Amino acid sequence: MLKFTEEHEWLEVEGEIATVGITDYAQNALGDVVFVELPEVGATYEKGDEVSVVESVKAASEVYAPLAGEIVEVNEALEGEPGLVNSAAMDAGWFFKIKIADAGELDDMMDETAYAEFIEGLD
Amino acid sequence: MTDETLLKTPLYDMHVAVGGKMVPFAGYAMPVQYPLGIMKEHEFCRAKAGLFDVSHMGQCYIHSKDGSDPAAAIEKIMPGALQVLKPGKMRYTLLLNDEGGIEDDLMVTRTHEPEGTLYVVVNAACKDKDYAILEEKLGDLITVEPLEDRALIALQGPKAEEVLAALAPEAAELGFMEATAITLEGVVCWVSRSGYTGEDGYEISVPESEAEALCNRLLMSDDVEWIGLGARDSLRLEVGLCLSGHDFDASVSPVAANVTFAIGKKRREEGDFAGADRILKELAEGAASSRVGILPAGRAPAREGTIIADMDGNEIGKITSGGFGPTFGGPVAMGYVPKAFTEVGTDVQLLIRGKAHPAKVASTPFVEQRYKRKQVS
Repeated sequence: MLKFTEEHEWLEVEGEIATVGITDYAQNALGDVVFVELPEVGATYEKGDEVSVVESVKAASEVYAPLAGEIVEVNEALEGEPGLVNSAAMDAGWFFKIKIADAGELDDMMDETAYAEFIEGLD
Repeated sequence: MTDETLLKTPLYDMHVAVGGKMVPFAGYAMPVQYPLGIMKEHEFCRAKAGLFDVSHMGQCYIHSKDGSDPAAAIEKIMPGALQVLKPGKMRYTLLLNDEGGIEDDLMVTRTHEPEGTLYVVVNAACKDKDYAILEEKLGDLITVEPLEDRALIALQGPKAEEVLAALAPEAAELGFMEATAITLEGVVCWVSRSGYTGEDGYEISVPESEAEALCNRLLMSDDVEWIGLGARDSLRLEVGLCLSGHDFDASVSPVAANVTFAIGKKRREEGDFAGADRILKELAEGAASSRVGILPAGRAPAREGTIIADMDGNEIGKITSGGFGPTFGGPVAMGYVPKAFTEVGTDVQLLIRGKAHPAKVASTPFVEQRYKRKQVS
């Protein structure tokens, strides 16, 4: 199940684990990514907490937890190759895997079609 | 500030037409990047030739009022050796206040006019202030004539000479920090071999009505692409060049800012410029804190405002310019640290989002400058 937030994050949900990254729209707006500050495995977050920071040549942007949960894995490949966020935003450029605390939080999120319409309505 | 109140350069329509992302900068709507993106624009400029619209910068003539050398007048508030400039020669210098602080940095060129008139380029954000200071302090000796009807473009990179010489072979004859009038596409332009990227290249002052045609002609070459302000910033940062208002301001002396190369040798001996007491004292004793290169050990860029701490975590200074250096291949920065920490190789820490990241004081430039200096034979 693929879900999207208005903060331009995507979540690939498998059971109680969601893999989270930023969308192609987001990476395009950010420009060339040069550094990603990832959370610690084991850390827990509430929905909306600052969980990660993505630095482009231009500026630093915060990534917020799309839902509450515990970080179970981070994408260590981004350390050596942050450009994956640009070149493969929707797969190899994932940021972290989070163990979902409240699956109900997924209900407010958009599916692929709704997100496509959402970004259509922007700028 | 809304878009309506932003000024536009004569090349605004061109930027928009090619997809330039326009942002407010110093009161102007300027392209921060084009579809190529900052990283590729930066790399293109270092590999080929980048075209920059710098028309927002202030261009002016400084004329003498009484027939004396206008350079003698401005030397009162600028520490560079300017009276000695021969026609067609230029110099980077500083506009100082009475306390020896740097109001702005600027380029001064001696034109070929028999009166010794100077052509001066100042920073966009400072031009009104600079003109007002010149008028207030030196108004009885000189006249400042802003050149409002001219665009200014820069062509920077290893292919710049080849591209410009195809239009006018004499462009290849200019040495670094020399300028002259050159006819490009039938238009008389004021061309200097200078820039602010660390690369060989030119700045071209062109009548605004002819600017678009000249840019279109230059862009016909596959070796030329538009480069935005984003890459302009990373290019100048990598080669250790200061951004006025960021890497120094009106409270900072040339010694603290580490731009003492802009103070002429004779000028030091004579000490006949604004703020000389403080500047000569700091030249002899060093400034309490001064600008150094800072090399983060990790990958996290340290942006302007990042706190620099000693190894015990005590705040000792701040980053004034910092980001990712595409050619360097990692984060680079500049900032101010106390005298005891200025030695290259000194360990410091950068407090980025509350976490301490190791870094070292480093020499600049981070990437070698490649100016076309004439061989002295």
